[in-house]
Amino acid sequence: MGLPRWIYVPAVLGAGFVLLPLLAIVARVDWPNFGTLITSESSRAAFWLSLKTSAASTGLCVVFGVPLALVLARRDFPGLGVLRSLVLLPLVLPPVVGGLALLYTFGRRGLLGSELDALGIQIAFTTVAVVMAQTFVALPFLVVSLEGALRTAGQRYEVVAASLGAGPTTVFRRITLPLVLPGLMSGAVLAFARSLGEFGATITFAGSLQGRTRTLPLEIYLQRETDPDAAVALALVLVVVAVLVIGLARQSRSAL
Amino acid sequence: MSFQLSCAVRNRDVDVALAVASGETLALLGPNGSGKSTALAVAAGLLVPDRGRVVLDGETLTDAAPSGLSVSVPPHARRTALLGQEPLLFPHLSVLENVAFGPRSRGIRKAAARESAHRWLEEVGVGELAERRPAQLSGGQAQRVAVARALATEPALLLLDEPMAALDVAVLPALRQTLRRVLADQTAIIVTHDPLDALLMADRVVVLSQGRVVEEGASNHVLTRPRRPFAARLAGLNLVTGTWRAGAVETADGVRVQGHAEGDTPVEGAEAIATFRPGAVAVYRNRVEGSPRNTFDVTVTEVEPMAESIRVHAGSLHADVTVQAAAELELAPGLRVTFSVKATEVSVYGR
Repeated sequence: MGLPRWIYVPAVLGAGFVLLPLLAIVARVDWPNFGTLITSESSRAAFWLSLKTSAASTGLCVVFGVPLALVLARRDFPGLGVLRSLVLLPLVLPPVVGGLALLYTFGRRGLLGSELDALGIQIAFTTVAVVMAQTFVALPFLVVSLEGALRTAGQRYEVVAASLGAGPTTVFRRITLPLVLPGLMSGAVLAFARSLGEFGATITFAGSLQGRTRTLPLEIYLQRETDPDAAVALALVLVVVAVLVIGLARQSRSAL
Repeated sequence: MSFQLSCAVRNRDVDVALAVASGETLALLGPNGSGKSTALAVAAGLLVPDRGRVVLDGETLTDAAPSGLSVSVPPHARRTALLGQEPLLFPHLSVLENVAFGPRSRGIRKAAARESAHRWLEEVGVGELAERRPAQLSGGQAQRVAVARALATEPALLLLDEPMAALDVAVLPALRQTLRRVLADQTAIIVTHDPLDALLMADRVVVLSQGRVVEEGASNHVLTRPRRPFAARLAGLNLVTGTWRAGAVETADGVRVQGHAEGDTPVEGAEAIATFRPGAVAVYRNRVEGSPRNTFDVTVTEVEPMAESIRVHAGSLHADVTVQAAAELELAPGLRVTFSVKATEVSVYGR
């Protein structure tokens, strides 16, 4: 079936709107100094901190997101719909608001602050806070992706496995998890990408301390004032990582 | 009795009780919505009834009363393997790993589980497919693997929910033979629409209708001399039982019925069944002499209008004729007529 011809005009405009700024960044890069710019001490520190915290938060998303998605997809109880909406709230919440919420929960004067303080634990403005901020905003991506995969897979194989004598944990480990593995992979990749780009919640809850809480997006934002060339070079690094991540996600989905 | 089930499920209007002796195969027959699958789900522990009791080999698996549930053994701890219409082989495991899944789940070591899986695959005739992936199997092969997978758990009770309903007709006779063999000493309940399956595989039959047991007895008896019209009209199939003599099924009345053998040719002198569709039967007012066809001299007991034809009942036999033919023949209860059917339209089974 053909498409109306006029539809190509907004389609091309839309694609251009996304692609042109990316080209603008590439065009603006100071290529002769690119290597030096992205290997400066502060850049390297920010890059490794970003990779490490994103990996950690992706791990946390898997640890908490898989059980959460299972409960949302497989159980039915009053208030389930409300719970789902609340868990997915960070998807639509401005990250700065998320950061404030975390600060007033885990910060020194927060809801749990005095208890944590008594235990000698300080979270706000540490690397742990970066990971928590990233997990907060990235968790819904994994949950949404995995819950969809679980619902699509259905429960028929699980029922058969149970009738063959497999207990709930065996069914989860040998049937449920392998069947939704592609969905889990693409969910994890999305969560990683979201963590990598996290800015608002991080700067609010974790601040911007070089080597401890200053991740790549924060570094780019700071450098923009003092050294625009370095900011552009680092931005390109993030673009490349994002493109790689999308490629990975596509691959894990086509493996389905 | 090694298995007893009684259950009432209010929102499905089901209230049935049934029992299966050790080593016996029970067929559950009935139209759609008659409660067959509900009874099976209660047996497997997938559904908790409002009221009911399920006992297997002396162990209470379900005990529910309106006042509260006292026992409900989860599905995986019941030793009741379930085989449905679709094979539902785990797509991420090889055929061998699928069959070894049950033994592995029961804590049997990997090597021993694989060995038993090989044995069961051989038993159902697909030993050479062990290394394949489920996606590489035909429907019939996949269902054979599913049978092996269910049997490999060595269930105390095997539950089969229309195991052949979704398969190509071409593979049915061979699978039927396999199921007959493996069900011989297995305590099992088979839900089916096909009275032939019930006759060939089951020792006893329970007929359900609107959530109640309406008929019960030895499959031979229920299906060939049904008291209820439902059992007779189940699949609209004519069933003639007798003894295999000189290449034909000979009934107790001495009528000989010729046909083509499905599966192995019956043994001389053994019990045999001939089946044919009512649509393959021609009805005559006078005896057809010297015809190569199988003929039955019968008395019409009922004339029943169907959607596009008239069904003529004569005892346990039925014929479908056109409205015009029924009018020309002036068919009415009490009339003596001859049913005639070509040998090529008749299937013969050893029993």
